Amino acid sequence: MKGIMKNRTLLKSLILLAGFAVVQLLVFVDVIDSYIMGIIARTCINIILAVSLNLITGFTGQFSLGHAGFMSIGAYVCAITTFRYPTIPGFIAGVLLGAICAAIVGALVGLPTLRLRGDYLAIATLGMAEIIRILFLNMKITNGAAGLINIPQFVNWPWLFIFTVGTVVLISNYIKSAHGRACISIREDEIASESMGINTTRTKVTAFTIGAFFAGIAGALYASYFFFIKPDLFGFQKSIDVLVIVVFGGMGSISGSVIAAVLLEVISTMLQSIVELRMVFYAIMLVIIMLFRPQGLMGSKELTVIMFKEQAGKLFGRIRSVGGKGGKA
Amino acid sequence: MNLLQQVINGLSLGSIYALIALGYTMVYGIIKLINFAHCDIYMIGAYVGYLCLTKLHIGVLPSILIAMVVCTVLGILIEKIAYKPLRNATRIAVLITAIGVSMFLEYGMMYIFKANVRAYPPMTGWMAKSFRFSGLTLTSQQILIFASTIILMILLQFIVRRTRIGKAMRAVSLDRDAAELMGINVDSTISFTFALGSALAGAAGVLVGIYYNSINPLMGALPGLKAFVAAVFGGIGVIPGAMIGGYFIGLVEVFVSGYGNSMYKDAVVFAILILILIIKPSGLLGKNTGEKV
Repeated sequence: MKGIMKNRTLLKSLILLAGFAVVQLLVFVDVIDSYIMGIIARTCINIILAVSLNLITGFTGQFSLGHAGFMSIGAYVCAITTFRYPTIPGFIAGVLLGAICAAIVGALVGLPTLRLRGDYLAIATLGMAEIIRILFLNMKITNGAAGLINIPQFVNWPWLFIFTVGTVVLISNYIKSAHGRACISIREDEIASESMGINTTRTKVTAFTIGAFFAGIAGALYASYFFFIKPDLFGFQKSIDVLVIVVFGGMGSISGSVIAAVLLEVISTMLQSIVELRMVFYAIMLVIIMLFRPQGLMGSKELTVIMFKEQAGKLFGRIRSVGGKGGKA
Repeated sequence: MNLLQQVINGLSLGSIYALIALGYTMVYGIIKLINFAHCDIYMIGAYVGYLCLTKLHIGVLPSILIAMVVCTVLGILIEKIAYKPLRNATRIAVLITAIGVSMFLEYGMMYIFKANVRAYPPMTGWMAKSFRFSGLTLTSQQILIFASTIILMILLQFIVRRTRIGKAMRAVSLDRDAAELMGINVDSTISFTFALGSALAGAAGVLVGIYYNSINPLMGALPGLKAFVAAVFGGIGVIPGAMIGGYFIGLVEVFVSGYGNSMYKDAVVFAILILILIIKPSGLLGKNTGEKV
């Protein structure tokens, strides 16, 4: 079984590397221009946001409506850092600093509010994100409502790739760990998991902090790629956008979030030609999807596991119970 | 500006919040849904009022009534089309649907009426008058807001406390299954709740148009959030709580703008919300429900 697992990881990395190389090649031969790259960047950032929110909302079951707040912290911290040190190390420091600041705020907000349940937590996080937005709107260093322009641009495809894949791998491994299992048990039944000896508050705050950390990374990438940020970009609507990706993909499905992020970006790009009606169609689609598939595209299943199980089966010519066991992991 | 003047201004703003908050709190009380589309029904009410006043040239009171009727129909339609099929789905699915409906209304209106701000026609006759006594100014518009809010609230209390359908509403919000077993038509009761809430939001829309004089398709978003804060503050699901919460938020906002920095008025409102949630999550008038295993 271990052999299959190892091979599967190898296969996964090979496919990922191939994908990376193809895009990089297309960038070199100028098939992918800055417009398409912008779409790719938005998709990658949305994947990071959605996967990190999925950890909070989908896996831990804590309903957060304030993800854009954490994103904005990452964006502003990274922007200010790179203004001061416009070098590659400065950029990396900016991303990390942004993520850490977001995580700290996440922990500070999470500690008192995660005692709340369901909708109350959603409202509290919503309020928190609004407060962060209003603070950025009024601070000197963030240049108020006008926002920051000409942020040094460091993000390119390799950086997007590293951070996106890194986020997905780290979070999916976290979910497979004991801590992740604890998160899922809280989602299923908080009281039962507490009586099984899980420190529910700590688990929830940890998940929330990790989610905020990655949201901070997404914000930092956004600031550095699009080199323009203002507080209004990180309003309630942005939090909703991320939540829509998570629910559309399926709560508790990492691959679902990835697919949904890509799909929604494609749809919204296709609708670009009818600018005025774009959001109307988007809204109608959202309602229709929820009416006919309320559990989202993937439900709580993962695509990769099934796919790779079959792949591994083909490779080794033996789909046995071993594969089934391995698939669950 | 003296204190009493601030109180008057705060109460008129609070009336609007209270009217919107009532719709949130009733819908939440009955189907546990944060009805994000509610704030857009309020926006549509404002537009219906605008059309009545500018195109039909009818008075203010008939405009309010027409807006209430249109919003009632809209509220029932939304409930039937978007929420009813999801009665047994997860709550988050319904919530996303509500967000979808809200976006549809906002951007649909933006498509029809364009995104620019529209001005309500200037008030004439008795509506343009204002009364001054000992340094205080009370405009007829404020009197209209107070009067209509109080009348609507009394009416609402009467419906909820004294009529059969009101009794049904209270029963369904207490325990839907038991209510159904008692022969209450749950679906029509829920529709009626949406109708009531939407009518109040429609009235609030027209009143805001008259009071602030400008409307736009996204006008509902922030007042909607604040009205929801008001509902949570007073204890969500509790009708008097929403009224108290609405007035409280209105007063806080006016006082922060008057004596502090108006840029921070929204931040203060949300900070109060978080404090309330941490100290007493069930709100001022809400009952603490014990945890059941």
